[in-house]
Amino acid sequence: MIVVAAFLLALLFGAGLIVSGMTDPARVLGFLDVAGAWDPSLAFVMGGAVVVAAPLFLLAGRRAKPVLGQAFEGAERSKIDLRLVGGAALFGIGWGLAGLCPGPALVVLGLAPQAAWPFVVSMIAGLALGRAFNGASARATPARADVSAA
Amino acid sequence: MLELFGPSLLGGALIGLAAGGLYLLTGRIAGVSGVLGGAVLLEAGWWRYAFVAGLVAAGVAAALLGIPAAQALTGSSWATLSISGLIAGAGASLGSGCTSGHGVCGLARFSSRSLVAVITFMSTAALTVFAVRHGIGQ
Repeated sequence: MIVVAAFLLALLFGAGLIVSGMTDPARVLGFLDVAGAWDPSLAFVMGGAVVVAAPLFLLAGRRAKPVLGQAFEGAERSKIDLRLVGGAALFGIGWGLAGLCPGPALVVLGLAPQAAWPFVVSMIAGLALGRAFNGASARATPARADVSAA
Repeated sequence: MLELFGPSLLGGALIGLAAGGLYLLTGRIAGVSGVLGGAVLLEAGWWRYAFVAGLVAAGVAAALLGIPAAQALTGSSWATLSISGLIAGAGASLGSGCTSGHGVCGLARFSSRSLVAVITFMSTAALTVFAVRHGIGQ
């Protein structure tokens, strides 16, 4: 059931990305080009998404468990630290270079595979690299804590 | 202007419905970089593959319906696409999220971490576009 729900909701998510214009890198770059012929319309995508999603998250917060699942997924990490800011800064640079971010890139992989595959393949490599770093630093943290305690 | 804002708002609402719906129904966060990263590293949960497949299927369905792919897609070189993908992927996993995880789910949950992330990646994305379009050599 969860698998079916995930597939159908991703289909809806993808439809939203197409309708909103997020799958058009020229529109995305136009939105990010605040010093040029700025196209502010894509701000309404995030705005509209947050306004619709927030009540659903609030509703979920009142439940002990999800409708179909066993537990709600929490945030991976809770601190505002260098890794959050540095990672987000890096992500923005990658997003600004081609106008593609992960969700739209996967939709475009279905829409125009010949155009999207170099981005998707290297994005997967980047995700794996970042996760390897996260894993290595998570293993290193207890050791660092011991040093500071000593 | 409304002809541009309307679809953006409608598309955004669909994205919000999907992201909020996924959390309410399955308890999962619709952060595409997180879902894809987990799928690639073979983390448990078939739902990850179903979610990735659904996004790709939306693109396939659009192509079958005759919705044209954006002209701009062929505008970026192979090298630019590869480099930007690598940077975006690494940044999203280090920063624990991308436009969907932080920008939609995080903000909808009033996460201060996500607000910091969104402000940061919006700023560096805009600076990158500025540097490429209006910066040195232009």
